[in-house]
Amino acid sequence: MAEPLLTELSARELAQKIAKREIRAVDATRAFLEQIDTYDRTLHAFNEIYNDAAIAQADAVDHSLDRGENLGVLAGVPIALKDNLCTLFGHTTCSSKMLQNFCSPYDATVVTKLKAAGAIFVGKTNLDEFAMGSSTENSAFGPTHNPWNTQCVPGGSSGGSAAAVAGRLCAAALGSDTGGSIRQPAALCGIVGLKPTYGLVSRYGLVAFASSLDQIGPMTRDVRDAALMLNVIAGPDAKDSTSWPQPPPDYLRDLEKPPEKIRIGLPKEFFGDGLAAEVSNAVHAAVDFFRNHGAEIVQVSLPHTRYGIAAYYVIAPAEASSNLARYDGVHYGHRTPHASDLFDLYAASRAEGFGPEVQRRIMLGTYALSSGYYDAYYLRAQKVRQLIKDDFDGAFEKCDVIISPTTPDVAFKLGAKSSDPLAMYLCDVFTVTCNIAGIPGMSVPCGFSSTGLPIGMQMLGPVFSESNLLRLARFYELAHDWRTRKPAIAPSS
Amino acid sequence: MPQPEYKVLIGMEIHVQLATASKMFTGAANGFNEDPNTQVDGVVLGLPGVLPVINRRAVEMAIMVGAALGCAIAAETKWDRKSYYYPDLPKNYQISQYDQPLCGAGTVMMPLPNGETKAVRIRRAHLEEDAGKLLHESGQSASLVDLNRAGTPLLEIVTEPDFSCPEEARLFGEELRQICRYLCVSQGIMQQGHMRFEPNINLHIFEDGKAYKTAITEVKNLNSFRSVERACEYEIQRQLTEFLTDRSAALQAGKSTRGWDDDKGCTTLQRSKEEAHDYRYFPDPDLVPLHVSQDWINRIKTQIPELPMARFQRYMQMELTRKEAAALLEDKAVADLFDMAVEIKQLPKRIANLMLGPAAKTANALTSERGTSVLISDLGVQASQYAKLAGMMEDGTVSASAAVTIFESLCSSTETDPMVAAEKLGLLQIRDTGATQAWVDAALANNPQAIADYKNNPKKKQASLGFLRGAVMKLSHGKADPKMVGELLEQTLEKLG
Repeated sequence: MAEPLLTELSARELAQKIAKREIRAVDATRAFLEQIDTYDRTLHAFNEIYNDAAIAQADAVDHSLDRGENLGVLAGVPIALKDNLCTLFGHTTCSSKMLQNFCSPYDATVVTKLKAAGAIFVGKTNLDEFAMGSSTENSAFGPTHNPWNTQCVPGGSSGGSAAAVAGRLCAAALGSDTGGSIRQPAALCGIVGLKPTYGLVSRYGLVAFASSLDQIGPMTRDVRDAALMLNVIAGPDAKDSTSWPQPPPDYLRDLEKPPEKIRIGLPKEFFGDGLAAEVSNAVHAAVDFFRNHGAEIVQVSLPHTRYGIAAYYVIAPAEASSNLARYDGVHYGHRTPHASDLFDLYAASRAEGFGPEVQRRIMLGTYALSSGYYDAYYLRAQKVRQLIKDDFDGAFEKCDVIISPTTPDVAFKLGAKSSDPLAMYLCDVFTVTCNIAGIPGMSVPCGFSSTGLPIGMQMLGPVFSESNLLRLARFYELAHDWRTRKPAIAPSS
Repeated sequence: MPQPEYKVLIGMEIHVQLATASKMFTGAANGFNEDPNTQVDGVVLGLPGVLPVINRRAVEMAIMVGAALGCAIAAETKWDRKSYYYPDLPKNYQISQYDQPLCGAGTVMMPLPNGETKAVRIRRAHLEEDAGKLLHESGQSASLVDLNRAGTPLLEIVTEPDFSCPEEARLFGEELRQICRYLCVSQGIMQQGHMRFEPNINLHIFEDGKAYKTAITEVKNLNSFRSVERACEYEIQRQLTEFLTDRSAALQAGKSTRGWDDDKGCTTLQRSKEEAHDYRYFPDPDLVPLHVSQDWINRIKTQIPELPMARFQRYMQMELTRKEAAALLEDKAVADLFDMAVEIKQLPKRIANLMLGPAAKTANALTSERGTSVLISDLGVQASQYAKLAGMMEDGTVSASAAVTIFESLCSSTETDPMVAAEKLGLLQIRDTGATQAWVDAALANNPQAIADYKNNPKKKQASLGFLRGAVMKLSHGKADPKMVGELLEQTLEKLG
């Protein structure tokens, strides 16, 4: 049997082989950079690629290993970062004209942790501007394409990271998830995406979209890599007041142990109208698999799910309108050359620097927080938020894990929903409640459509139940071969 | 036009910058008088991705002030964003506290000049972050931004409208500054903007058995006690005049904010009610609500020293004058030194005289010489030295005038013992009866005319006694005890028959 391509190895396998010096970090890095060189003009997964810096980093790893030094658990593993994570190297653009030339003077906490673990940074990935979108079409630098069908979107907002992982342009990536931005593109690109419990991963250095919903999480080709990445990035951070103060467990430790006596809840609200039959069938097949392996399947109800999108599109834009107020052209970022007074400077810089979706959400959020409307919108949305949390609390008394589709349908064509923001918002219908409740959620590949596009199932658990979710997903994954399928991407011409 | 009867209502909003080592929500230094934009970090600059973290010390200082003002400290408090666009506010929102302030309602007693005390109700006190500063340099087409002040912890204290005249408003400001100084939460240097005042003023005017309330005006950003008093006085007259000339305007206008022009001595309209900002307050999702345990409050309360008001009452019981007590209380270090000296020697009046006499004089001279403030407590004279010197005055070891000379030598020489200094300077009074009698005898022998006057001329009796006393003191080179000299002189004169 021929030696598998370096780019086909999982992050965990790469890390182990590099640590054992069976392969050189430089060779692994070069292999992924070659993939990027071959395919990224087609996919446009990356905003910025660090060829020389990545090779230099990998070289340093090899030299350290040569000297017999002990390095971190990701030593030599080529990683991609969503371009809304602040890095001392390169630019941090959020795929916005506003921050096109912005260089961060500091590293996000997750970046510091990845560096300490020895990860190699091959580049920063495309996203919907400021993470606002579900298709990565709202990027100021052009859309990312789905590796399984380049006419289709990769999902969003972490579409660049999803496409890069699925297309073997990096071993693993980080994304951020405010309403589904890790899980939805993971489902549409056929990879694993985990949104951790709110507070498990420090948000310090993640450019804020909606602070009470944002979480950083791993996007990987298999579940074990997600556990590995989570081990590196999770944990308390004094710089983030919302980070959970307790140290997290080792997510790899019991990962391969088969789960026992699992109760799986199926929320009827997630299997109703608008769900594509192929998606429904694939998810039900996965549920059958668990049933056949001893899981108890229970029906649960999350009655306030139908208010989830409405509450989300009040809370998230409200917070965003405030978080994005700082981009005003005064201290940094895009500044209009045409201003005649201070008001003009603000208005024109922001009108020129922000794309239409960002402007739409800033206006929605500003309206929702305005005097006289606050109670009717923001306060009411917060009440719905509590009801949704209560729904999950009630459901998790009856089950350990909830399984649902991640998305109503497989990847759609580029442009198909661009002119209809509401249709685009409905892509998040199954994912937003997880952020609203602050619970962990994961998307795991569970099949393919007749058109060859990936399908993802969503697994939700109570807060800090990541170990359990990962173990269950790993058990499922090892019994299926979805992760071994590989998209055939036409090389860039 | 005859002036109607009216009542003045003034409430105060006071911003106090807390003298923490670092800023309200980040570790950047909370420094003053530094080069522009050097006391900053990513959080102060509002860079993408940064997050605020509460400064524990700022919360403790705020609790201390709140407790000193009699405020109820909230068991749970939260943080809100107040949105407005301005170049000195990098995030374009200020982190403040909207509906759950750290310190709730309370009452504080304030001394009045007539010797009475007045209860002032505090509505609330909350923590927030300060903004930076815009510098408009003349001849420049652009403005410059200095963010050194941005993020400084600010305690905003709001009173009920309990002040019935401008003087009371000013006195409260002064009292609050004293409290903040005693708590070491602020140096209270007005010129550096450590405290800023915003009085709210309106009138209840009584006419034809009816009461008319004028619209409230808030005068923004006053940074001296004098301007507080002047601005309030101006506003009272302005509102009264407006009531008399255009009654409906005076009564129906909503609350407005006005600016104070210190040179012209008048206020000008800044913003009417219609132009009021919509600050779009909402809870800051980057910060978690803060739980304040009773245990924590109790521990903080143990750090609260005796406050100026209580000390004032204590000093009055020591039979100091109001003026003396106030002068000693001006700076906590001076009052502390006084208390320590009194503890060693129970001679408050003599110690106060030393501190407010020769010590104050020396401190003032050094202040003008050096150009920076030198306090009585900075002179290097210890409480034990004040106590000993006061004791030497009390028991007649040295005269009052000698004590001044001794004090000066304690400041200027390496000598630390007042007794040794007195000996070196030859200022100890000689109370040896034999020696004094010898000087008396010698003085009488040299001045027969004075003896004759004393004996025979009742009109000159006292004058000649004084002359002879002077002659004795001269012979003793000033060291004789004047009391003993007087006694011996009279006895000897009587014996001369």
